[in-house]
Amino acid sequence: MIKAILIFNNHGKPRLIRFYQYFTEDMQQQIIRETFHLVSKRDDNVCNFLEGGSLIGGSDYKLIYRHYATLYFVFCVDSSESELGILDLIQVFVETLDKCFENVCELDLIFHMDKVHYILQEVVMGGMVLETNMNEIVAQVELQNRMEKSEAIQNLSPPYLCHLLHIATSSRSLRSSSSIHLNVPPAGLSTILTPTRHPQL
Amino acid sequence: MALKIVKGSIDRMFDKNLQDLVRGIRNHKEDEAKYISTCIDEIKQELKQDNIAVKANAVCKLTYLQMLGYDVSWAAFNIVEVMSSSKFTYKRIGYLAASQCFHESTDVIMLTTNQIRKDLSSPNQYDTGVALTGLSCFVTPDLARDLANDIMTLMSHTKPYIRKKAVLIMYKVFLKYPESLRPAFPRLKEKLEDPDPGVQSAAVNVICELARRNPKNYLSLAPLFFKLMTSSTNNWVLIKIIKLFGALTPLEPRLGKKLIEPLTNLIHSTSAMSLLYECVNTVIAVLISLSSGMPNHSASIQLCVQKLRILIEDSDQNLKYLGLLAMSKILKTHPKSVQSHKDLILQCLDDKDESIRLRALDLLYGMVSKKNLMEIVKKLMLHVDKAEGTTYRDELLTKIIDICSQSNYQYITNFEWYISILVELTRLEGTRHGHLIASQMLDVAIRVKAIRAFAVAQMATLLDNAHLLTGNMQRNGICEVSYAAAWICGEFSEHLENPMQTLEAMLRPKVATLPGHIQAVYVQNAAKLFATVLKNQEGNTDSTAAQETIQLMIERLPLFVQSANLEVQERASCILQLVKYIQKLQQKDVEVAEEVSALFAGELNPVAPKAQKKVPVPEGLDLDAWINEPPSESESEDEQPKAIFTKEETKHSRPRHIEVDEKELARRREARKQEQANNPFYIKASPSSQKVYQDTPGVEHIPVVQIDLSVPLKVPGETQHQGLPMSDQYVKLEEERRQKERAEKKKKEKKKRKEKRSGRGKRHDSGPESEEDITPAHMVDIVTEEMPENALPSDDDDKDPNDPHKALDIDLDNLGEMAGRRPLADSEKLPVRSHRAVEAAKSPVEDGEAETAAPQQPKKKSGKDKRDDKKKDKDKERKKSKDEKKKKKHKHEEKEEDLLRGEVDEPVVQSEGISQVAELPTSTSAEVSDLDFWLSNAPVPSNAQEVATVVAAAEAEAPVAEVVSGAAQDSEPDEPKDTEMEETKSSKHKKKKQKKEKEEKEKKKKKRHHHHHRHSDGGGEKSVQNGTVEEEEEPLPSMSNYCLLAENSYIKMVYDIQGNLQDGSQVVVSIIFENKCDSFLKSMEFNVLDSLNSKLQRPEGSGPHDSLTVPFQLPPGVSNEARFVFTVQSIVMPQKLKGTLTFIVKNEESSTHEKLDFKLHFTCTSYLITTPCYSDAYAKLLESGDLKGSSLKLEGVNMPFHHLLARICFHHHFSVVERIDSCSSMYSRSIQGHHVCLLVKSSGQTVSIDAKCDEPTMLGNVLDEIKQTFSQC
Repeated sequence: MIKAILIFNNHGKPRLIRFYQYFTEDMQQQIIRETFHLVSKRDDNVCNFLEGGSLIGGSDYKLIYRHYATLYFVFCVDSSESELGILDLIQVFVETLDKCFENVCELDLIFHMDKVHYILQEVVMGGMVLETNMNEIVAQVELQNRMEKSEAIQNLSPPYLCHLLHIATSSRSLRSSSSIHLNVPPAGLSTILTPTRHPQL
Repeated sequence: MALKIVKGSIDRMFDKNLQDLVRGIRNHKEDEAKYISTCIDEIKQELKQDNIAVKANAVCKLTYLQMLGYDVSWAAFNIVEVMSSSKFTYKRIGYLAASQCFHESTDVIMLTTNQIRKDLSSPNQYDTGVALTGLSCFVTPDLARDLANDIMTLMSHTKPYIRKKAVLIMYKVFLKYPESLRPAFPRLKEKLEDPDPGVQSAAVNVICELARRNPKNYLSLAPLFFKLMTSSTNNWVLIKIIKLFGALTPLEPRLGKKLIEPLTNLIHSTSAMSLLYECVNTVIAVLISLSSGMPNHSASIQLCVQKLRILIEDSDQNLKYLGLLAMSKILKTHPKSVQSHKDLILQCLDDKDESIRLRALDLLYGMVSKKNLMEIVKKLMLHVDKAEGTTYRDELLTKIIDICSQSNYQYITNFEWYISILVELTRLEGTRHGHLIASQMLDVAIRVKAIRAFAVAQMATLLDNAHLLTGNMQRNGICEVSYAAAWICGEFSEHLENPMQTLEAMLRPKVATLPGHIQAVYVQNAAKLFATVLKNQEGNTDSTAAQETIQLMIERLPLFVQSANLEVQERASCILQLVKYIQKLQQKDVEVAEEVSALFAGELNPVAPKAQKKVPVPEGLDLDAWINEPPSESESEDEQPKAIFTKEETKHSRPRHIEVDEKELARRREARKQEQANNPFYIKASPSSQKVYQDTPGVEHIPVVQIDLSVPLKVPGETQHQGLPMSDQYVKLEEERRQKERAEKKKKEKKKRKEKRSGRGKRHDSGPESEEDITPAHMVDIVTEEMPENALPSDDDDKDPNDPHKALDIDLDNLGEMAGRRPLADSEKLPVRSHRAVEAAKSPVEDGEAETAAPQQPKKKSGKDKRDDKKKDKDKERKKSKDEKKKKKHKHEEKEEDLLRGEVDEPVVQSEGISQVAELPTSTSAEVSDLDFWLSNAPVPSNAQEVATVVAAAEAEAPVAEVVSGAAQDSEPDEPKDTEMEETKSSKHKKKKQKKEKEEKEKKKKKRHHHHHRHSDGGGEKSVQNGTVEEEEEPLPSMSNYCLLAENSYIKMVYDIQGNLQDGSQVVVSIIFENKCDSFLKSMEFNVLDSLNSKLQRPEGSGPHDSLTVPFQLPPGVSNEARFVFTVQSIVMPQKLKGTLTFIVKNEESSTHEKLDFKLHFTCTSYLITTPCYSDAYAKLLESGDLKGSSLKLEGVNMPFHHLLARICFHHHFSVVERIDSCSSMYSRSIQGHHVCLLVKSSGQTVSIDAKCDEPTMLGNVLDEIKQTFSQC
């Protein structure tokens, strides 16, 4: 089971939080701070596993994280998940974001937290891994976005107008370190992309 | 109206949306909180508007603010409003907000039930999807109860997207509403074989999650998972399954044996590190669960260790970390194989990555031996010096102590060295483990008597040295050590060289800055020292020294009398008055020393931490009996602990009921004493031995003095400047000592050899020699911790009673269709809204069986506690039932004899065989015994097949029905009481069965020509059958689909064809090869002449006529199964393919080349896959009108209707959709997606089958095949 998924930047600012177990808002913030504290002091060339923080989980839980440019993607999982599998899953998630946002950067996550949530919902549901196939995830996300658009056009309702208004001032134009492209190197996803096996004999 | 919308839109344009909010927050970095509070005010205004778009926008912004830590629960109702919007766009926003901030105590959740139900049944799959996703985050027990049935229906939705979500969410539903587990489980199990890989993966995920918490309930699924494991190519699923097996193997070692081979294959073949790692992990779990000693396992361990070494040596830090983690698991059971990699692990200690260093430390713990302990600890001490971060340093500290103190200081050969290590550790400033060091010092000083003099000297220096006092006031800080130091100096003050000086050190004013509990110990032990000083001075005529001491006490103690700490104050003032009184007496020249030291006389013995808990309750004392009658209301609360206690009580008292006479007791006591005397680590705390020790220090103690001389007694902090820290000097000394010893030993051994075993040293007879060669520096007695007599060894760790998974510990076996034992009772069905037709929603399993089973259910739950009381009765009953069985057997035998007279013995044996088979389903643990069967090492499929052919040939029904009714009566009486018994029984059955089958096989070989006799037997007993069918749900004979492919005098091949779930153009042919001769069969090659339509799949690069090598060889009498994949294009017609098997028969003298031709028959049935279908979907399918019909009539079918159905299901891969009396609808699907529907009606001996299918040719062929099946009976 996945207990929580946290995305925060190099300064510990949360960009997306998703807890699959109830914590009060104060507690959530404390957990983010603690996790950031644990993760941020680690070099990029050390291992991606951490024996969980004291606030979230106990001995059974592990923090598994990846660091992309300005963002940390942290999954808090229990022992029923494969460590390397989850690392691959994070990669899949980020690659999916990269596909959906076209060269994703922190700004995309800042301004479209809701969309990131919708993408995440196609990957993990209620703390359990729902889908690991990137094409399937992208396809489902896209179908839903198309539906949203068709609803907007159907009755010329406000979201459409708003959309028009806000296209002019693209959020990307902001100058900041957070516009650095997350640079998702295609990692060898051994867990998820299944190598073809020969027929059994 | 239109105007209103336009107005709304225009308003909306000026509203902030999420992007504006984010931008605004970023632009107000200085007064963010203020800006956000104005935003929240705006949001509140927006939420008051009627326009749902505005509301949704506001809720979206709230979701963002929630992430920043703002409580948005006040908007819960608005979120519900947005959730219930008809537009997907808004609905999605609403559900997202709800999933982020709703939780169990959100009260508006109960308003959502109907909305969610509506969304779940929405025609738009994304509405359903969004509702499922949201629900997965905030499902409550109420929602789970109300919606369980709706979600269960969605598990067989046509869209895989919905199916997989519905399957996953079931886990959450189970957690919140455990009652739903049993009714939903059959369907969940079906989903393991869902054609969509995503759904399959979800089902595996859920079952693994369930099984992880309560593995024993899922053991019966092992065969299914095993199949998945060997067939799946999805690494994600494989990992889950392999992890699950890791949890199951401890419960069933036989499973482990079965797993080793496929796992090893995976380890060799996979390229995915994650999969490899999990395989290694599970292999380790298997090896742990198996009793070691089997030779081939060492190969597996070697393989694991070797693979892990590769991981650890990898440059990827993640692999290194995981490798170490897995290594530590092997270490527990196979330390030897890990120890050879010590170099690698020590290397990891230098890694820059802290996580890896910590893992390496864990491993070191298990790798120490007497030989290398000092060396390893020395290395660790170096790391302690280097470590910057306090956490890592503290971790090192605890590890050093753990390593040294493990298994009762087993590896420490020199305790002086250990004490000096502990003293060196006190140098660490800011550590949180002062307490740990202190308790080690105390433990060693108390339990290792020989070390006391040395320890006291060291502690005195510690006390004298102020560095402990300057310590921080932090809890558990290093100042805790002074607690131990003061106590040791006081308690064992007779060893002090200069008690006066130590006393002075303990009464320094700075001591008053220490925490209260430490001061209290100081004061108390100052008094002990005082007593010692007085005693020492007693003989002296010059009393100035004593006077000085008294003066010192009187001067210094008032400081402590003023202490704010009550304990310190109280002790100080008592002792102060005592000292003053003594002063008075001394002035009168009264000798008081004896009396003062009597205050502190007596030896303190170490007591085990759990000793108190382990004191057995004396006979006749009932701890649960009320001393005073309780007030009546509180009764219910106290019930549970009471129950637990009484249970334990009976356990305790049992052994004591056995009368032991006085002699026996004395004998035992003697034996125990003997044992203790032989145990070097045990010393009796009898006062006599102590006196001996105190009066005449034994010869063993001399080395202590020697070492004292060689190592100056100084605080390590100072010695550091002189070069080596003290502990290092010990290492050197120790090495020298060992070398000397070795040399001496060699000499001795030479002598011994000459003398021809003049008896070896007793000390060396246990354990590996290399370890034991190292003798301790001086004989050390470790006093064991005291435990009360009769203490119970068991350590029952209590499980967390609040664990939600406890409620899911539900027996799931026997839910299958074949099991008659505990199907769903009425009360267990999921609540369904009243206006819905219950029939339609029920799964086929529930049908009919529920009523009959309901009364049985409570019986099974009868508690353990009853067992004890009823044991005797039960024994009697058991005997009775056994007797009955014997009688039955007798009858049976008589009958057999009768038959023997007339016939040859063979058919009789066979009917007996059948009876055994038939008994299987009757036993309550049908599934368990299935599992047994699967797990048994005998070549399972061939057995099954053997039986099946017999059954088929012997007109199964007649004898079966007769024997079965007998068997059922047999097993009924003790059935509900003891499942364990049942299990053993079934395993007995199994053994018997196997034996029988062996005989059978032999006989069959000899007397194949007698087959036809059985027909007459069967006919003779038919009437009996009609008479004994009292109940419809009578057990089925076991069946097999394997049919004969070809056979000659060397080999027999039977085969079965199954469609491939994943691929519509593939079928898998499983062939069991059985070696019938006494020679070895090898180099088997399998070849088939491909037709245009069907082709054997050959590995890439081989030609279309190449043969495939069968991947095994067959020793005499052994059978094994191989699978071949065929590609087929059209599946509407049955087909036959010709093929040849060539093989080499090898015996001692010669080897010959042989071949066997065969014809593979691909029936249309073999293209069908058992696919469950629910009545609603089935009705829709029939209504659609796409299907073409056909029908068939069978005459003279003489079997109960449910047997008929079972046969169709089993041989033709159908599943029952609905059944009413003697009419049933059935469904199946071909690998290419053709639907096949049957309506089977039975009246008397006539069975009519109406069938519909979208492919008429195929339907015709399937019906022909069904006809043939029944014409064979």
